[in-house]
Amino acid sequence: MSGIFVVIEERQGRIGRISWEAVAAGGLLARQTGAKVNAIVIGAQTEHFAAEAAKRISGKVVRIEHPLLAPYTADGFSIALEQFIRTESPEFLVFPHTYQVRDYVPALAARFGRVLIGDVVSIEDGPAYTRQLMQGRLTASYRASGTGTVFVSVQSGAFRADTTESFAAEVSVFNSAIESSQIRTKPGEAFRDSAQTVDLGSAQAIVAVGRGIREQENLGMIQELAAALGAEIAASRPICDNGWLPIERQVGSSGQTVAPKLYLAVGISGAIQHLVGMKGSQCIVAVNKDPEAPIFEVADYGIVGDLFEVVPALTEALKAAHQ
Amino acid sequence: MKIIVAIKQVPERDAPVRVALSRQWIEEADLQFAMNESDAYALEEALQLKEKVGGEVVVISAGPERVATTIREALAKGADRAIHVECDDMAKRDALGVARLLAEAVRPENPDLVLTGLQSDDLGYGQTGVIMAELLSLPHASLILHVERTDSGITVKRELEEGWFQSIELPTPAVLMIQSGGTKLRYATLMGIKRAKTKELRKVTSADLGIENAPVVTLENISLPQKQRSTQILQGTARDTAATLVEKLKFEVRVL
Repeated sequence: MSGIFVVIEERQGRIGRISWEAVAAGGLLARQTGAKVNAIVIGAQTEHFAAEAAKRISGKVVRIEHPLLAPYTADGFSIALEQFIRTESPEFLVFPHTYQVRDYVPALAARFGRVLIGDVVSIEDGPAYTRQLMQGRLTASYRASGTGTVFVSVQSGAFRADTTESFAAEVSVFNSAIESSQIRTKPGEAFRDSAQTVDLGSAQAIVAVGRGIREQENLGMIQELAAALGAEIAASRPICDNGWLPIERQVGSSGQTVAPKLYLAVGISGAIQHLVGMKGSQCIVAVNKDPEAPIFEVADYGIVGDLFEVVPALTEALKAAHQ
Repeated sequence: MKIIVAIKQVPERDAPVRVALSRQWIEEADLQFAMNESDAYALEEALQLKEKVGGEVVVISAGPERVATTIREALAKGADRAIHVECDDMAKRDALGVARLLAEAVRPENPDLVLTGLQSDDLGYGQTGVIMAELLSLPHASLILHVERTDSGITVKRELEEGWFQSIELPTPAVLMIQSGGTKLRYATLMGIKRAKTKELRKVTSADLGIENAPVVTLENISLPQKQRSTQILQGTARDTAATLVEKLKFEVRVL
């Protein structure tokens, strides 16, 4: 049982930032165990990604390659990694907590009688793993027990990936044996429901609205506030689920990621799925009636109060300030 | 089509949560509980499928006695019968432990489809369905917004990140983890609530299923989250706080 392996994920032809964050998390484990951080790239054509990874990996890079590993399927990835684990018996497998990882790693871990410690936000001595409960209202510390590989996935943005160290890791190929009959699902091409016409990413100021607004009819006051601020309107998932605003205005893991100068969150409790999409904003202001709402943990300014009183008052104060 | 829907009862959204003295769970005494949101969508998807292609919808839920109210709600909305896996130590079981309970209870039913919500709003592991699929040796797909039956199985609409989607074809039986928001939720009708009282609700225990609690991942201690930024809470009436905020935005944040 040895070694820390970070499973790198490809994003639009590149290694995504969250994968480098997983490498950083692997580095924290490495410091506790004295081992080096290795990386796994997995797919049908991994040479390019392996070369990119090798520059930032202190240990070695393993290419798990097979024509049936593209496009992604839970069956294909599970079989390939299962074979790798049986051969190498890694002590830790670290993943970015992406939709893809959530789709297959729990099953892969179960094959070994193990459980993924998912969506981890920090790693302490032990190692102990911190993850969030109750939509971010509480945090909990977890430990793995028993023998066997420890499976960990890390939350987007939780670990700092901006290392400047450069390496030249050795790259090797792990040959996996997969039969097409073992792949039970048939994935189609990715598509969007409608053309994206709103680019929240370039907005200087955003007013985002959540469940606290209660009714679609109440959106008018948010529109007035946004107009007074010269801001784009965005929303948390439930608002778009209800069809009150188009999905292209959704901020969060299933929507857009934004980092404006000002993010004003109105009636948004701050579930982690939303926070990952906006916590990089320069200034975050939260208006919420619940002083315990997790949105206040990332806010620079908070107003605890009834949004139906605060929002009109704010719109009025902004209009007065412009005169 | 025989569809099993696994649902979980969780503390009501926005309910004030306090850490229990043991620091291993929350104080449950004054809490209100409700059906986990994505599970409600899984149930809705199952009911709509049944209305289209016929068959039976069976709900299954693991948890203590209080879970029965959520099960009755599912029956009132239109599920045909229910299985309650009695379990008083849900927070002490890891995702594999809970999935084992549910998978063993589901196995003798031989369903065509097993649906679960994507993730629970309390512990938030988001793994139950995927592990159940593994334990039952069934294909699966997660983050599913819509399910359609085809000649050879099903086609599902899967959510990808950043506003992208994908269609996936699966043979049945299969396990699907349903994402919130794919459809509109129904309310229970008075007639439904009345009928629910006479529907079958079978109880099984983990002992009946032959499953011991042997976690490989343990929740050691719960605490309040650490603040990521220092938040200035603005005090006063709505008018006061609005005026203060405008000052801050103008002179400190400089966005006005």
